[in-house]
Amino acid sequence: MKVTIKLFALLGEYLPAGAADNAAEIEVADGATPADVIRRLALPRESCHLVLINGLYRPPGERDDRPLQPGDVLAIWPPIAGGRD
Amino acid sequence: MAWARKVLRVDLNAGTCTDEALNMDWARRYLGQRGLATKYLVEETDPRVDPLAPENKMIMATGPLTGTCASTAGRYSVITKGALTGAIACSNSGGFFGNEMKNAGYDMIIFEGKSPKPVYLLVRNGDARLVDAGELWGASCWDTEERIKAAHQDPLIRVASIGVAGERGVKYAAIVNDMHRAAGRSGVGAVMGSKNLKAVAIRGTLGVKVDDFAAFMAATAAGKKVLADNAVTGQGLPTYGTQVLMNVVNETGALPTRNHQGVQFEGAHAISGEAMHEKRASDGKSNLITNNACFACTIACGRISAIERTHYTVVDRPQYQKASGGLEYEAAWALGAATGVSDLDACTFANFICNEQGFDPISFGATVGAAMELFEIGAITTKETGGIELKFGNVHALTELAELTGRGEGFGAEIGLGSKRLCEKYGHPELSMQVKGQEFPAYDSRGIQGMGLAYATSNRGACHLRGYTVASEILGVPEKTDPLATEGKGGLVKAFQDATAAVDSAGICVFTTFAWTLDDIAPQIDAACEGEWTPETLLEVGERVWNLERRYNLGAGFTDKDDTLPKRLLKEAAKTGPAKGLVNGLDKMLPEYYQLRGWTTEGIPTNETLQRLAL
Repeated sequence: MKVTIKLFALLGEYLPAGAADNAAEIEVADGATPADVIRRLALPRESCHLVLINGLYRPPGERDDRPLQPGDVLAIWPPIAGGRD
Repeated sequence: MAWARKVLRVDLNAGTCTDEALNMDWARRYLGQRGLATKYLVEETDPRVDPLAPENKMIMATGPLTGTCASTAGRYSVITKGALTGAIACSNSGGFFGNEMKNAGYDMIIFEGKSPKPVYLLVRNGDARLVDAGELWGASCWDTEERIKAAHQDPLIRVASIGVAGERGVKYAAIVNDMHRAAGRSGVGAVMGSKNLKAVAIRGTLGVKVDDFAAFMAATAAGKKVLADNAVTGQGLPTYGTQVLMNVVNETGALPTRNHQGVQFEGAHAISGEAMHEKRASDGKSNLITNNACFACTIACGRISAIERTHYTVVDRPQYQKASGGLEYEAAWALGAATGVSDLDACTFANFICNEQGFDPISFGATVGAAMELFEIGAITTKETGGIELKFGNVHALTELAELTGRGEGFGAEIGLGSKRLCEKYGHPELSMQVKGQEFPAYDSRGIQGMGLAYATSNRGACHLRGYTVASEILGVPEKTDPLATEGKGGLVKAFQDATAAVDSAGICVFTTFAWTLDDIAPQIDAACEGEWTPETLLEVGERVWNLERRYNLGAGFTDKDDTLPKRLLKEAAKTGPAKGLVNGLDKMLPEYYQLRGWTTEGIPTNETLQRLAL
């Protein structure tokens, strides 16, 4: 299935080739979770601070077990956009 | 200690400057800056005064930490009755002017009356006098600063001035210091202009004494380490500035778009902090030149930018090809998303004009957005606009109106009224997106519910800096709360409002609170000032200041009916994003808030509350 990944601020350097405006559409396996995408893009886990799916906040405990749906937008910011370390 | 213990009183009617002792009893109860100057204003003026009448006073005030080596300790505020709102106004600015004022030996300067002719105030280490400003009248803030420095052959003089906007009475005129820092909101520049006061120029080298030097150095060093180690203040703000928020707020569906008709802007990325870093294809350079720090600041969030030299706004205009201040997030939103414009250089240019002529880019951009909606529904036409096709997204309309508003000419004079007066004039008051006459900043309260309550109850009209619950609701500072929920927001808003009022009374920047709590701030104040200063006493000061401001507004004629939001936010649901289908639930939050404040159901502080706060 296809999902859109958006990586902002200093995470922008992890975007796949062809990305524009900090966003890229990527193909992931059915049932993939946000954590699966984070691993696949080699994002440092500690840098994935603010994680939104379709604009809704996804707390750290829900990033491993809640699968993405086709067409979902997964947006991630490092801690620079807020939150305590 | 920390306080200079001296007030400069400037009688503009008589042309005299007089020193007087700071009321230390008030200083112990209101700390400084926002709180202490509000106390002076309350004691010395009638809240029903016309903001532009000579009887209104204008106070420039520092906090006890201003001018010390505590991080960000360069702040000053301008306290008066706001020209835009008719409510208490307190506009806070950074740069270097506040430090200079404190080091010249003054905690605050009180301006009263009206000069019979244009003047500026010159202060050098406790020596103050008024100087004829006849030749400066009509000059921009940028020119005024350069000419005063040249006239006195002293490049280290710090200048706060009004531009033509303040002279012409633009309702949201600002006072600009250090070229691009501003006491920006509520029209404090219009009040300054009404007094025929063009500028305040200060040179100060007296130093600031603290109560316990060793403890102060230890406490401020500890505070700086907290800022450096925190990802927001140590990395995020220096790298992206407040502009890191553009994409965050857009993704969360809380970016007011086209006069709050939408909550997500398709052009958000083009005007974001990330875009400011991107190299242009044309010349290989980025919009952002560097970051910039105010006095004593170890965060350095400020943006210094330059417009591409072939951009239509600056061709053959070298004065605008130089690097200058901006864009910060709120300005980028107002000039961009609020008007539907996604041209980064055009927004940067409009922001330069706001700095040059001294007016608030938030209220300006929001008012242009309101005028665009008036135009699109046919309430105004090219007949009123002087031929400008005022449609959403018209970049040329934005930049032309910036220049016209700065000079108070053509339809710019009407944009200078602010959205409330403009929309009332053309028969559609419901299209003005404001509270108490002041335009909203860059967060839609349908997507961030707590901000609706913060806006509705803000003592200076719609404002993000009175209670920035965005920190909690979106960014998770100090803890994450649900932005779409109303439960618990009364307490959250009150906590942010009280803590912020204390920070604003101290002489430091509210951005420290991305990392600092009052537990980090109190030891710095306690070491600098005589007396016992704890997080608890600071919160008490904050709550006292909040209630003092509230009482001023009640005296000025505001009631609980003014603690509200435009119908659009209460009745028209968000159309996209996480808040789709939601309006702001102010009615669910406001009663709890009044109760937590110790106010009646009509929003009036009870006698018990006033006694508890020694008001």
